[in-house]
Amino acid sequence: MSLQGFLLLAAALFSLGLYGLLTRRNAVGILASVELMANAVNLNLVAFGRWHGVVDGQVFALFNTALTVAEAAIGLALVILLYRSRQDVLVDTATEMKG
Amino acid sequence: MLQIAFGVVAAALLFSAFKVVTTRNLVHGVLWLGLTLATTAAAFVLLKATFLAAMQLLLYTGGVLTLMLFGIMLTARVEGVEVPVESDNRGRAALLAVGVFAVFAWTILNTPMPTAPGAAFSAQAIGASFLTDHLLAFEVLSLLLLAAMVGAIVLARTGDHAPPAGHRPGRRVLPARGTKGDPS
Repeated sequence: MSLQGFLLLAAALFSLGLYGLLTRRNAVGILASVELMANAVNLNLVAFGRWHGVVDGQVFALFNTALTVAEAAIGLALVILLYRSRQDVLVDTATEMKG
Repeated sequence: MLQIAFGVVAAALLFSAFKVVTTRNLVHGVLWLGLTLATTAAAFVLLKATFLAAMQLLLYTGGVLTLMLFGIMLTARVEGVEVPVESDNRGRAALLAVGVFAVFAWTILNTPMPTAPGAAFSAQAIGASFLTDHLLAFEVLSLLLLAAMVGAIVLARTGDHAPPAGHRPGRRVLPARGTKGDPS
């Protein structure tokens, strides 16, 4: 249990989320990957706050949590809107706005 | 003892996160995400952030997971059929993810870090910090949450399925009798 251990763990989680973000075609899968990345950031913030002995790490992690929840709500509303207009939620087929 | 706990938590986190991004069935992927988020709460307990662990379970594992399952089930066309979830750029994505991790790991291992953990904080200390040092950000965040909630409602509302004028709620409109197959 060291700060480096937690930071490496969070970095691995972030990279896995990045991989999912780039490979998922379903919009809900992309949202899940973004949740994974935000979760890794939370872990980082709390670990830094613990080893530096400041409460700000946990406060920022709570801010991040609230922001991610808002993002999930808006994102899923957009996904449902996309489904209603196209009958699927595959992001690589929604190319109407592509120049 | 703490080392063992950290090892277990780290292994569970990495395995479940790997399953989240690689499972073909998206419903299973989101359920693995639930395990990831719950294990993160365990990691918060290891970091002596118990209030945050409770919030993690309530907000993420309770709220976000339910939202995501709703999202999948409202947008899946045929039940039981696995929707195609992966694109053809997996190799490049894996390369980029490994590269990003390598940069992070190199930086983490080559930066001097504090070795002894500091003090643990109670929920009281977190609340006091919210309402003194971070008061403005806290209020702005409440506004943002309100805007997000209103925005989500407006976006997901069915505009073209509004009841016609004169429609009385609570009464079902039945087809008129005698239009078809009426002997008289």
